[in-house]
Amino acid sequence: MKTQELTINMGPQHPSTHGVFRLILNLDGEVATGSTSVPGYLHRGLEKLAEGRTYAQFIPYTDRLDYLSSMSNNLGYVQAVEKMLSIKVPERAEYLRVIFAELQRIANHLVAIGTFALDLGAWTAVVFAFNYREKIMDLFSMTCGGRLTYNYMRIGGVSHDIPWAFIPRLRYFLDYMEDSLAEFQRLVTGNEIFQARTKGIGIISSEKARDYGLSGPNLRASGVNYDVRKNRPYGIYERFDFKACVLENGDCFDRYMVRVMEIEESIKIIRQAVRDLPEGPVMAQVPRNIKPPVGEVYHSIENPKGELGFYLVSDGGPKPYRLHIRRPSFVNLAVLDEIVPGWLVADVVAILASLDIVLGEVDG
Amino acid sequence: MSLIHTAWNYLWDFGVQMFKLGIDLFWFLLDFADNIFLLAADLVRLALTMLTGWLGLDSIWVELGMVLVYLAGILGVIMLAALVLLLVERRVAGFVQYRLGPNRVGFQGILQPIADMLKLLTKENITPAGVDKPLHTLAPVLVLVPTIMAFAVVPFGRGMAALDLNIGLFYLIAVTSLTTIPFLMGGWGSNNKYSLLGGMRAVAQMISYEVPMVFSLLGVVMIAGSLQMSQIVEAQQKVWFVFLQPLAFFVYIIAATAECNRLPFDIPEGESELTAGVYTEYTGMKWSLFMMTEYGNLVLVSAVATTMFLGGWHGPLLPGWFWFGLKTSLLLGFFILMRWTFPRVRVDQLMKIGWKYLVPVSLLNVFITGIGVYLYKSMGW
Repeated sequence: MKTQELTINMGPQHPSTHGVFRLILNLDGEVATGSTSVPGYLHRGLEKLAEGRTYAQFIPYTDRLDYLSSMSNNLGYVQAVEKMLSIKVPERAEYLRVIFAELQRIANHLVAIGTFALDLGAWTAVVFAFNYREKIMDLFSMTCGGRLTYNYMRIGGVSHDIPWAFIPRLRYFLDYMEDSLAEFQRLVTGNEIFQARTKGIGIISSEKARDYGLSGPNLRASGVNYDVRKNRPYGIYERFDFKACVLENGDCFDRYMVRVMEIEESIKIIRQAVRDLPEGPVMAQVPRNIKPPVGEVYHSIENPKGELGFYLVSDGGPKPYRLHIRRPSFVNLAVLDEIVPGWLVADVVAILASLDIVLGEVDG
Repeated sequence: MSLIHTAWNYLWDFGVQMFKLGIDLFWFLLDFADNIFLLAADLVRLALTMLTGWLGLDSIWVELGMVLVYLAGILGVIMLAALVLLLVERRVAGFVQYRLGPNRVGFQGILQPIADMLKLLTKENITPAGVDKPLHTLAPVLVLVPTIMAFAVVPFGRGMAALDLNIGLFYLIAVTSLTTIPFLMGGWGSNNKYSLLGGMRAVAQMISYEVPMVFSLLGVVMIAGSLQMSQIVEAQQKVWFVFLQPLAFFVYIIAATAECNRLPFDIPEGESELTAGVYTEYTGMKWSLFMMTEYGNLVLVSAVATTMFLGGWHGPLLPGWFWFGLKTSLLLGFFILMRWTFPRVRVDQLMKIGWKYLVPVSLLNVFITGIGVYLYKSMGW
């Protein structure tokens, strides 16, 4: 029988492309034979925008990179600038940064696993996940007023100290999150259909994961033990006792499970940070006009999506000469076209969701 | 003394008589409530007979008029069920997901479905460029037809089937399989690749799940010894078939979910994969016809499950149609909860479940039932 391949434009407007992402998909019936990713619909030229602004003025722009993990983006950028200026950040600010970055990791992973379940058709799971995330948003907004774009980290510290009610509510939240995660696992992880849909689907071997420069949970799900917090510690991460979550299979289920495990690890880190949180100022003495010495610096952190790197070049002036951002979502997305062929349409959606991309970051 | 005695006797007798009368009245009211729809139908028939007699028409017109009345009744049931389910589903979803759901339009949101329907009615009826116009337009109209036709043989209460065919079940199965064709028409005629994929999936799914569904109902037919819906319900006077045929009930519920394209098996719609599958290019009233069919089908499979497995109208004291409605509603609630709990299966897994598990299990059930019926008869119980 003579058959013809079907070319489908998945996106830019499609329920499960997580934003304005376009995937040109070639289908033989239901089976995908190949695909072409077309990102760029949300490109705002952040790297170029940075060249026209002072160092401090660019912090809010990092919020708009991966808008589900704004705190981590803030952190990566301000630490890069601090590295240039050799600023010593107060102890309390360092601890607060860890607390907020890890809360952000939990929030991001909740969206990731929630929308992953949604793309498999489980409506209730995503509402549950967003419901838990809401509690984190409350904690953020009571500290810095923002719910999505925080602009909280500053060069030399953080913008506000935490209010007095923060720590009790944080403790309550951590207990709540542990129970909630168990609830979510009962609803989703143990489900037969969920397991049938995710186990052995979209396998990325560890070699391929290395070749494509994957990072973050996607890399660790393929059995590569690489976590920037462990391998190249930044801030005060050496002081905390946690493990990098590594799984072996590299399929959709493992990518999901790594995120679930990381939520548990983040809870552990936050508990330690709350225990050790010192008193003191939250801002260092920073010159009003930031003019880093001539030179360049690369600083990378473990963003919830992967390794987020900022490469800054200074010509001694008040504005960066050049900024390059290593955006983990963008790098992780590259592997998609490689693994799509041979899977069904429904699996392609699952694979895309399991990579957990955010288009603000992919397109920069 | 004797005067008082006599008066007491009179009073006592009066009391006893009144009590008996009360009981009679109670039974009469129950009976009346049980047969209220039948009485209404008889009244309409009487009126029609008088009208045709007055006009000097043939008695065939009475039958035709009655068909219209039944049709109106069935349409009313489907419309009402769709409207109620629309709200109930959203409120249940809200309950399951720790949120409120629509509760603003009218008391507790009871007018929400009406507001939704008005919105859909007033929406622009878009016919996209390049569609196969007859197919595209006809599909939503035709899709509702098999559902309405199938309802003709459903006994909503004792003697309350519009058409109590002696091959009722066979008719029902034959008619419901026609639902596939409008889905294919919509998928093909929409000139959209997502719709086409959705249409393909719909056909594959509905045909595959027709098989275990029919086989699961076969066990019931073997025990009841009749294809007539009312006979099957009568056979469940003593024991419901769900206790004699648990396996068949299990298979039927799964197959019925797939037949209705409900969530664990909603792959023809497959929101996250195919945007809206077959429905992608439909707007306003055309889309709402598809939606109404979905709910109509849901009510249909629940009603059939009630008839075949849950004893139909049988139940103590209360009117038969009430029991029927209650059992059907409970099944509907089960389907709704299922929708808000499970993820969607993949298309090949769907086929696997259908052909590799449900068909053998239902065949096994037929085999076991055959042996059971044979033993039962040969022992002469």
